[in-house]
Amino acid sequence: MTRNRRRRLVSGLFTGLCGAAVVLALIPLIFILFYLLKKGVGALDLSFFVRNPRPVGEHGGGFANAIVGTLILIGTAALFAVPVGVIAGLYTAEYRGTRFAAAIRFAADLLNGVPSIVVGIFAYSVAVLPVKRFSALAGGFALGVMMIPIVARTTEELLRLVPDALRDGALALGATRAKAALSVVLPAALPGILTGILVAIARIAGETAPLLFTAFGNRFFSTRLDQPIAALPIQVYTYAISPYEEWHRQAWAGAFLLVMIILVLSILARTATRRLERMHRA
Amino acid sequence: MTNVVAEPEVAPPSRAVHIAPPDRATTPREAEIGTVRVEAVHLDFFYGETQALFDVSLGVPEKSVTALIGPSGCGKSTFLRCLNRMNDLIPDTRVEGKVLLDGEDIYVPGLDVVALRRRMGLVFQKSNPFPKSIFDNVAYGLQINHIGRASELPERVERALVRAALWDEVKDRLRAPAFSLSGGQQQRLCIARALAVEPEVLLMDEPASALDPIATQKIEELIYELKTAFTIVIVTHNMQQAARVSDRTAFFMMGRLIEYDRTDKIFTNPGQKVTEDYITGRFG
Repeated sequence: MTRNRRRRLVSGLFTGLCGAAVVLALIPLIFILFYLLKKGVGALDLSFFVRNPRPVGEHGGGFANAIVGTLILIGTAALFAVPVGVIAGLYTAEYRGTRFAAAIRFAADLLNGVPSIVVGIFAYSVAVLPVKRFSALAGGFALGVMMIPIVARTTEELLRLVPDALRDGALALGATRAKAALSVVLPAALPGILTGILVAIARIAGETAPLLFTAFGNRFFSTRLDQPIAALPIQVYTYAISPYEEWHRQAWAGAFLLVMIILVLSILARTATRRLERMHRA
Repeated sequence: MTNVVAEPEVAPPSRAVHIAPPDRATTPREAEIGTVRVEAVHLDFFYGETQALFDVSLGVPEKSVTALIGPSGCGKSTFLRCLNRMNDLIPDTRVEGKVLLDGEDIYVPGLDVVALRRRMGLVFQKSNPFPKSIFDNVAYGLQINHIGRASELPERVERALVRAALWDEVKDRLRAPAFSLSGGQQQRLCIARALAVEPEVLLMDEPASALDPIATQKIEELIYELKTAFTIVIVTHNMQQAARVSDRTAFFMMGRLIEYDRTDKIFTNPGQKVTEDYITGRFG
């Protein structure tokens, strides 16, 4: 009897410890969201979305340039990171046993772990120095480099979820290996791959370091790829360290917007994954 | 009766049944069975170091149903997959001996495996429709193999679905996803998909094992219909099914072909003691 009681006590203790750890892990998130809501929502108004920054001393102004800039940067990054990442993931999933696939996997994990500032320096030396100009293109390149390993790894994991029976079915009908992968396996995993892309975008949307000396930031509205361009995280940073009260409020609003973008992307990703899981159970 | 060689009674049939080496006379002569379409000749198969098939020789006659039966792990599925070289996809496997399709060895180096698989359709144990529409599932094999003109596609898809006895159930919803079909319908869709590319031989790996009795009955009736046009090899765990649908039955055990003969003979008067023990349910 006493042994049984002791056992239950220990079990309860550990369950309690786990719960406490979860709460502890969630506290920073709750604080961040609470603070952003408190400080950010108040500063959000229409002009924040549609106006560009005004000169110091003038009232009003907004983040329109940074919002558009971030969208352009993400678009540029996705444009080259998605094909490269998906194809690399396809390769490592289809030829999972080969040494080359293992090397790609290892390289992707390594790249994933490279500090973002280092990626920024790399992009600077590749895409800024030769043309002697900061540009949206260089910023997009830096973000793309960060996206590739995330897209490649999620693509691989999700392709491996596709039942082998589908691949075998295609092969038994006389499909070549490449044909089976492209026409059956890849479409079956498509919702999952979209999820991977969304997760990768959510991950890079808030990156600041790679943009510091690539996209550089811009106080003016610009959509040109060969010119410096504004980005939400950079503008939040500049505004937050400025001495002006109004800029601080706008920085909070910008930070709030960034987190909301990431939240929405994550929710979208969750729904897509759930749909994929349901398909597999069917 | 040729196989009844005074063989000592194997005393109490147990899990580890003692197996007599297969009789060399297990492959009947052409005169007995008609044109042989597919023939294995002294086939050995290895998964790495493990030998899964031992010296299997077996001829499948044209336009008939040949059933492969035997306890789990006896090599019947492995044998089936040797016939269209699906085992090639498993790394570290090895084949010795020959498999002849219309007298030509399919394991000669440089043979076009993709073309071979087109001639030998395979239906899997678990239905595996592609996550596409009903129409696109059937059209898939035609499209990747560039069979017929695009304008003929609907006609060919219809013909395959009619042959698979599925047309009436799906003709009004060809664009619906294949997953919207019931399990039995999905399996018939997979059969239609295999038939669409007009294979010469149809290999079926326990096609009804995951289906309820009514769906199973439909598949069996279908097999009976199909043998007028195709040469069919079917692996089955269900002995009644083998007895119902097949013309010839091959009994495998522990990687060896124990006995191969007309189905009625195997089931009423088997030549080997182990065959009889298996069929009467004494083990397996």
